Amino acid sequence: MKKILIVDDEPNIVMSLEYTFKKKNFEVYIARDGGEALQIANTIVPDIVLLDIMMPNVDGYETLKQIRNNQNLNKTKIVFLSAKNKTADIEKGLQMGADKYLTKPFSIKKLVTEINELWN
Amino acid sequence: MAFLFLIAYWAEKNSKSKWVNNPYIYALSLAVYCSAWTYYGSVGIASQSGISFLTIYLGPVISLPLWILVMRKIIRVSKQHKISSIADFISLRYGNNRFLGALVTVICVFAIVPYISLQLKAISETFEIITDETSYVSTTILDDSTFYIAVLLAIFVAFYGTQAADASQRRKGIMTTVAVESVFKLIFFLIAGIYVTFFLFDGTSDMYQKASQLDNFNQITAFNGVTSGFNWMFTIALSFFAIFLLPRQFHVAVVENDRERYLKKAIWMFPLYLFLFNVFVIFIAWAGNLSFEGNVNQDYYILLLPLQNNNIVLALLVFLGGFSAVISMVVVSTLALSTMVSNNLVIPYGFLDMFVKGDPEKNANYIKTIRRISIFSLIIIAYFFYVNFSYELSLYSIGLISFVIIAQLAPSFFIGLFWNRGSARAVKTGMSIGVLIVVYTLILPFVLNVLQGNNSFVEQGLFGVELLKPYALLGIDFLSPEAHSFFWSMFLNTSSFLIISLLSKGNYRERNYAEMFINSSNYANLQDGAFVWKGEAYVTDIRAMLKRFLGEYKTERALNLFNMKYDISKEEEMADARLINFSEKLLTGSIGSASARILIDSVVKEEPVSLIEVLNILEESKKTIAINKALKEQSNELTETTKQLKAANIELLEQDRIKDEFLDTVAHELKTPITSIKAASEVLTDDHEMPDELKTKFLNTIVSDADRLARLIHNILDLEKLSSGRDELEIQTNQIDKTIDKAIHGVSQIANKKNVAIHYQNGTRIYANYDEDRMLQVLTNLLSNALKFSEPENGEIMIQARQKQKTIEVTVQDNGKGIPAEDINYIFDKFYQAKHQNIKKPKGSGLGLAISKKIIESHRGKIWIDKKYNRGARFLFTIPRS
Repeated sequence: MKKILIVDDEPNIVMSLEYTFKKKNFEVYIARDGGEALQIANTIVPDIVLLDIMMPNVDGYETLKQIRNNQNLNKTKIVFLSAKNKTADIEKGLQMGADKYLTKPFSIKKLVTEINELWN
Repeated sequence: MAFLFLIAYWAEKNSKSKWVNNPYIYALSLAVYCSAWTYYGSVGIASQSGISFLTIYLGPVISLPLWILVMRKIIRVSKQHKISSIADFISLRYGNNRFLGALVTVICVFAIVPYISLQLKAISETFEIITDETSYVSTTILDDSTFYIAVLLAIFVAFYGTQAADASQRRKGIMTTVAVESVFKLIFFLIAGIYVTFFLFDGTSDMYQKASQLDNFNQITAFNGVTSGFNWMFTIALSFFAIFLLPRQFHVAVVENDRERYLKKAIWMFPLYLFLFNVFVIFIAWAGNLSFEGNVNQDYYILLLPLQNNNIVLALLVFLGGFSAVISMVVVSTLALSTMVSNNLVIPYGFLDMFVKGDPEKNANYIKTIRRISIFSLIIIAYFFYVNFSYELSLYSIGLISFVIIAQLAPSFFIGLFWNRGSARAVKTGMSIGVLIVVYTLILPFVLNVLQGNNSFVEQGLFGVELLKPYALLGIDFLSPEAHSFFWSMFLNTSSFLIISLLSKGNYRERNYAEMFINSSNYANLQDGAFVWKGEAYVTDIRAMLKRFLGEYKTERALNLFNMKYDISKEEEMADARLINFSEKLLTGSIGSASARILIDSVVKEEPVSLIEVLNILEESKKTIAINKALKEQSNELTETTKQLKAANIELLEQDRIKDEFLDTVAHELKTPITSIKAASEVLTDDHEMPDELKTKFLNTIVSDADRLARLIHNILDLEKLSSGRDELEIQTNQIDKTIDKAIHGVSQIANKKNVAIHYQNGTRIYANYDEDRMLQVLTNLLSNALKFSEPENGEIMIQARQKQKTIEVTVQDNGKGIPAEDINYIFDKFYQAKHQNIKKPKGSGLGLAISKKIIESHRGKIWIDKKYNRGARFLFTIPRS
């Protein structure tokens, strides 16, 4: 069973994601900001992290950096889910080491397809 | 005398002090006009012919208002060209003509030397009166005290007048001395006047009564028909010219002028001085007429009156006053004349070749020596003139003759200032004719009279021809000899000057200088560029020439300044017109303009320029200057505009950035609920087996996020409306406590739920004018914020309204966690999260405070946060009551 960590400060968005991935047989973990996410990631070593960028306290970029610097988490895939939709933002996200970048509002179906692609 | 040396010494040492450099010294030095003639001679005239003595002072007084116009121009021109005497001035105006300078010099010497001798005569005679040597006849020079006084004066002038080789430099020592002497002579004269009028007699009316009994009283108080009228006019005109043209007046007024603005003081101080000097003249004259029976020299009444009454001290003071008058006149006159003699006569006609060969230090010494010799010669000549001639004449008549001769400079001087056609040839002719007429009608009769002892020449005319009678040329016999001479000489002088000027054109150089003088203010900007010159000259030649006169150091400094001023390279080999003119000016101060020109001409190869060319070039340079000026102004404007544009651009960029940020934030804020709605809807659509309970939860999420979206849109629009000023407030008189009650009521449900207490003391009624709905919005926002950040159970909120002088002040404070210091400056910004791009702040639309601020501001009020309050957050706002 794959482990997924959903990091977002908007509970309403998290709700839908959580429901979807539980149905797809993921082990779902939830964090409301970057700090919480890093803690959880360290203990559970997720296969995939869905990461929002604009969050209180520790933002998505910082979280990504920390994950990428952590040897234990070198297999973890990261998908940015952000309202920041400018080309420059997307490029920045991918350059920093995100595997995928989806802009909000995203389609859940597409998100699932993209995530499946990560392992094929 | 020792005192004079002392003052001069002090003034030279303190030449920077404000005691030496002020308009009062300048105005007082002008009073060098009042020589022994004024001091003694006026009384003499007043006793014989009444108030006509005044005319000699009316001229200057009439001319003074003109000074602002004429004198300022003269001073400006003289400074531009480093002019050091009137001879320089006139010769430069007419194309730097060497002969003209010499002619003017000769005329001045001719006029002034007798005048100086007259001053010596006054000293000698008053000295006799004081020492009571009535029978004194000087047998040899060596036991004549006047001779020693003359020599001392010469030493004084030679020492302080020739300190610098450049004659256009100011001599502060001498000028200060002259000013001090002016004060002396006035005070002593006034003391004598008061003594005579109020102590010897019982005031002015007493004197008038007594004097009116004298036989000749009517004659001396009234006008005597046409003759007297003409004589009045003539003396006024004479003195009018004299105040400009007398070498000593030109020297004090122009060469020694430090600042143009001093003129403004002088034009009222100098007339005042003259007035004070003349107040008592008529009374002293009457007193003299009453006390003496015609057997004494009326000129010396002022001295004789105290003596007769045994007031020796006063007599001595009067003598000292007269002595001061003489000294200052002699000193300044010889100084001015010696400069002219050396720069316009001796150097250009004799010593130039020697200078060209000599080395700089020797040259400067030669120049000074020539000037010193001139000073001594002038005074010695004056002394011998006095010994041989002056016994015969009164102070007044020699003074007048001297004025008439000097007046011959007037046509070329005044007309030349304003009319560009005047030419050198015309000036030479006019002046020569004028002087010849004066000689024939005034001097010859006098000399012949002295030599032959009879008046046959005057009575019969030349060769016995009636029409050539020297006092009545062509039968004009109703004028006094001086007026007659003045009339004819001026008439012929002026008309020949005008006619020849009109008939012949001056050469291009004359025309060039004429333009520079007449339009001095125009060409001031052109500076050295106003001089038109064509030809070939090497900088090295000119430099070598300058070095001979100025020395190595001064030359290099001057040329460096020149190069800097006109931005000319040091390596430039060929000299241009500006350098030629600049060098001429540099030399002019030392050796006079004529010699300067000859010297410069000797090292350059000049090509003749046609008159038309001169005018064209001048016109062009004038235009270029004007264009340059306009260009400069434009460029300045452009720079200014560019600066403003840059600032505006930065401002725009900043606003653009803020707008972008705002839009970004708005987009983000809108996307969040949309994302949630979309995701929930997708989940609901795809999953048909979802339990009802969960389904409801998703549906509720959709509803609440749709609400959030709507609220957000509403707030954004609201803020936009307030910002653009499209929102119209409905301002009415309201009671703030009632509005606060309503606001509290609005949030009470949430407060109760969170168990947070809201304290409000509803006390006095406070009325104010505001839009109640908007005010409610602000209060609600502040209260909701306070509630949001208060801890449940023990949170406390306090709201308060106070009436101030012109405003009401509302405070909302809570005991929550307060506002972090780093945010405090941004909390009124819309979506202030934007400042910290990716860090989100606690929930809310992010627009509440921004909207509140807009509302308060549109009420012309202020909203702020109390930064010192540290037990939570405290917001305050004020609005005007009406």
